Amino acid sequence: MIAIIDYQAGNQTSVHRALASLGVPSIITDDPLALRAAQGVIFPGVGAAGQAMARLKATGLAEEIVHLAKAQKPFLGICLGCQIMLERSQENEARTLGVFPGQTLKFDPQVKDEAGAPIRIPHMGWNEVRLTQKSTLWAGVDPKDQFYFVHSYYPAPAKDLVLGLTSHGLEFASFLGREGLWAVQFHPEKSGPPGLKILQNFYAYCQKVAHAQ
Amino acid sequence: MLSKRLIPCLDVRDGLLTKGVKFLDNQNLGDPVEAARRYYLEGADEIVFYDITASAEGRGIFLKVVEKVAEAIFIPFSVGGGLSSVSQMRDVLLAGAEKVSLNSAAVKNPPLIAEAATAFGSQAVVLGLDARKSALPSCPSGYEVVINGGRLATGQDALAWALEAERLGVGEICLNSIDADGTQDGYELTVTRLISEAVTVPVIASGGAGEPRHLLEALTIGQASAALVASIVHFRQYEIRVLKKYLQDHGCPIRPSD
Repeated sequence: MIAIIDYQAGNQTSVHRALASLGVPSIITDDPLALRAAQGVIFPGVGAAGQAMARLKATGLAEEIVHLAKAQKPFLGICLGCQIMLERSQENEARTLGVFPGQTLKFDPQVKDEAGAPIRIPHMGWNEVRLTQKSTLWAGVDPKDQFYFVHSYYPAPAKDLVLGLTSHGLEFASFLGREGLWAVQFHPEKSGPPGLKILQNFYAYCQKVAHAQ
Repeated sequence: MLSKRLIPCLDVRDGLLTKGVKFLDNQNLGDPVEAARRYYLEGADEIVFYDITASAEGRGIFLKVVEKVAEAIFIPFSVGGGLSSVSQMRDVLLAGAEKVSLNSAAVKNPPLIAEAATAFGSQAVVLGLDARKSALPSCPSGYEVVINGGRLATGQDALAWALEAERLGVGEICLNSIDADGTQDGYELTVTRLISEAVTVPVIASGGAGEPRHLLEALTIGQASAALVASIVHFRQYEIRVLKKYLQDHGCPIRPSD
């Protein structure tokens, strides 16, 4: 069973539906006991960092997420749920969870893309992820596969946490973390077959960990 | 780098497609969920649904369609048509759409954009902008905003409105040329470029696609981030994968559909 953290962020039902299409059981919950009982936790998110942090603090989920990460619960942050894992965000100058060293920065509209045109903000649409370290999450994913992004701020974690890079005027970490504690800036639940593959790999990892315990 | 997007657009009335979508087996399918699923499998990057239902009952049926679509495709899709309040938008987003598209209601009530962006984030709010050529002094860009499904000219400058909507918080603009719409003679490149160059958010070109070349023009000369397609794919003139292959062969960054 996968628990999807519910903090009224918007896309938790999309993640739930994508998992259901794979036959993966999941619940959308804000109950700490249910989160701890699950084989793995997905932390989705869209919207603004400041508002999301305010909600996570008010509900006690902020502390719970830090606890889950420390307890080595298999964990996947998505989009805003990726950025919030870092220490702070330029968006609303928010202090975020600090599970990973690093920060979330704003795309600079002055920057040009490879074709010499000013980059569009938000970074909206399909783009590649160039793996910089091998990952079990990427098993069976083709290097040419693309993923769906929509964001105006990007994660800038400590270098040793970078697992994959994407180019939008500059190269940013679109995949970060360490084995079992992952975060992706794109939306696997909206990235067609390769995105579903990543969710499936995450579930397989969760099951492996659960069986080993 | 970021790929250019190809986005089929489906018009839905009372839960059914208003134009049959013809597939390889030559069936005309009235089911929007089936059509969305086929385009998803063919490599569509996103899908747009317009609800052109007039009745309250039809709206309820449409929400059911949105829910079914969300279970059948795993790419983003947006919903537009008659949305005029935050609570209506919340309904379609909760039903599973990623984005809402605001058109006439935003022209009549611009603060609606800011309300929507605050409630759901800019990434979820698209401005649907219908523009046509105009010689009015109130339209220095040469283009005028038209609302109510192309029936009512506002005398308002299209470029000024695009900039205003961006300032209010839309995350994307879907620019439909009333002059080119339905002609299949190509997108209106002048207005597409004019607005694409002026704003920072992505612009989707809409109206006029009849050949693969037209898409390439909109994405290069027009500087659009995405191209909306309707008849060109619905009537099986071209498959999505064929259009994407053409764009790729002509140097356009595209997500391969295989």
